[in-house]
Amino acid sequence: MARREKTRSKSSSPVIKVFLLIMMIALAFFILGPLLWLGIHAFVSNWTYPNLYPDGWTFHWWTQVFADSALADAIRNSLIISPIVVIASMIICLPAAYAAGRLHYAGRKTFLIGMFAANSFPKIGLFASIATLYYALNLMGTVVGVIIIQLLGTIIYMTWIPAAAFAAVPRNLEEAARDAGASKFKVFRSITLRLAMPGILVAIVMSFLASFDEAQGTYLVGAPAVFTMPTEMYSLVQNYPIQVAAVFSLLLALPSVLLISLARKHIVGGQLAEGFQIK
Amino acid sequence: MTEALQEDGLVLGGLTKVLGGRVIIDNLHLVVKKGEMVSLLGPSGCGKTTTLRMIAGFLIPDKGDILLNGKDVTTLGPEKRPSAMVFQNYALWPHMTVFNNVAYPLKVRKLSKPEIEKRVHEALNLVNLMHHKDSRPSQISGGEQQRVALARALVQEPDILLLDEPLSNLDAKLRVKVREDIRDLQRRLGITTVIVTHDQDEALSISDRIAVMNAGKIEQFSTPQELYDRPETEYVANFIGSLNHLQGGYNDGQIIAGSEVVGIRPEDVIFTKGQVPGSYSATVELVVPRGHFSEVYLKRADAELRAFISSDIPAVGTTGYARISKALIYQDGKLVRVA
Repeated sequence: MARREKTRSKSSSPVIKVFLLIMMIALAFFILGPLLWLGIHAFVSNWTYPNLYPDGWTFHWWTQVFADSALADAIRNSLIISPIVVIASMIICLPAAYAAGRLHYAGRKTFLIGMFAANSFPKIGLFASIATLYYALNLMGTVVGVIIIQLLGTIIYMTWIPAAAFAAVPRNLEEAARDAGASKFKVFRSITLRLAMPGILVAIVMSFLASFDEAQGTYLVGAPAVFTMPTEMYSLVQNYPIQVAAVFSLLLALPSVLLISLARKHIVGGQLAEGFQIK
Repeated sequence: MTEALQEDGLVLGGLTKVLGGRVIIDNLHLVVKKGEMVSLLGPSGCGKTTTLRMIAGFLIPDKGDILLNGKDVTTLGPEKRPSAMVFQNYALWPHMTVFNNVAYPLKVRKLSKPEIEKRVHEALNLVNLMHHKDSRPSQISGGEQQRVALARALVQEPDILLLDEPLSNLDAKLRVKVREDIRDLQRRLGITTVIVTHDQDEALSISDRIAVMNAGKIEQFSTPQELYDRPETEYVANFIGSLNHLQGGYNDGQIIAGSEVVGIRPEDVIFTKGQVPGSYSATVELVVPRGHFSEVYLKRADAELRAFISSDIPAVGTTGYARISKALIYQDGKLVRVA
């Protein structure tokens, strides 16, 4: 890995360096710019055109968000529903991912491609037809209904990424463990799962974010009884001052930042990349 | 079979394995004595790795049985066999330190912590790797990884050690050193060992006996010396060492017309300036220096012969006399006589 970095830095001429710098500044502007705007607005009492500087600084909007029962409910709902969705998704998808990654059965490809079905056309149509089903099953406006809707968006992550991770575990590392006297289950636990873990972690993070950000379907089947943070945003933008929306957006972004920085060490730490000689 | 049953070591009795509709191993018999080091030698696709994997328990034979120290292990899974394997690419677990890699088989056997520590240290000392015990496999060299894999196998105190092309990922110099280390360890521990290789040098230098395999069968199973001096089949003669491979018959030091195959080792072709009994006039056509000897192409009236000459190397165009000191005569692939 170190060697590759060296050759890369050697090959970059001054022109490329300047180009990369410009690209990075542009990227920072487009990614960090809006966040900065949000960050400032969450703490200003008022800041509108043509004023160059905000009128003053305040924590008022934060207390308002946490004091407002509708907003607090949405935060609580989001923090409860998303972990449940992730765990349910793991229970449903990880065995399937293992099968798709390690076993060669008829229809395996079809199964994996089929996972894309839900993502391959506008979801609103799917949600509408699910809604009619939900009315029949009395799932409209229930937490269970919302969980099922959000599961749909996580399936693709929870099957494809772990399937690739399982497939990437070299067979002979498992054979070596069997040869060393470990039972099949012990081999799975101490070798296969352990080596696939970075991939599974990525899938968990992606699934959590997919669930945490899901608004369309959640709104359709959840409103007006169950609101999560993204669906609450709809009414927020219309009914509250812009600073409250800014506070809420920051709260919405917080889990992503936290999760990615936590998982980063495990994902980039790179046991998977280092270590074994595969020919 | 009954007589083999009483024997310690490894007995393969009529192993047959069909994979993907193709017979990979065809009624294979082999008896490895206790403490013996045996090579399975052959080109890729001859079934040697399949055989090893059946001994290790990763494959179950379709027919035949496998006995280890008198115990039938034919259908046991690899975790239940008293065998330990060193894989071609070592198969070290990248998420564990060297210590934990070697300790794993003992942890699985639920040994006590001090006992595990003691045995792992012994094994690491055996392969001179104590200083790397806290390293990860990625931080050590290929030769060291190889020794970790060996330590991981030896720490199990197996009845039989299985080595699958253990040296093929090492560079040439290291390969010679490691193969001597392996041989030395194997002798010291007296451990029954089966090693799979496609490298005849490796097999010849390291084994007590060699089983030359071809198309799922054993062509010949004997000591390295015997294998070289008296290859029982044309296939073995071609596979081991160099050979002048001539169609025809052999009479009185000369190649004559005939339906046999005459095999002559290049070192058995002797070139002299003057005529001696049994020698015939020959011209030097080509000289290829090969380091400590030269490969000399000689043209005689009856045949063209390749000779290995290590001193007084003749120049191209020189005329002299060439004598064949030993010839192996094969009919239908089988050795019929040595002349």
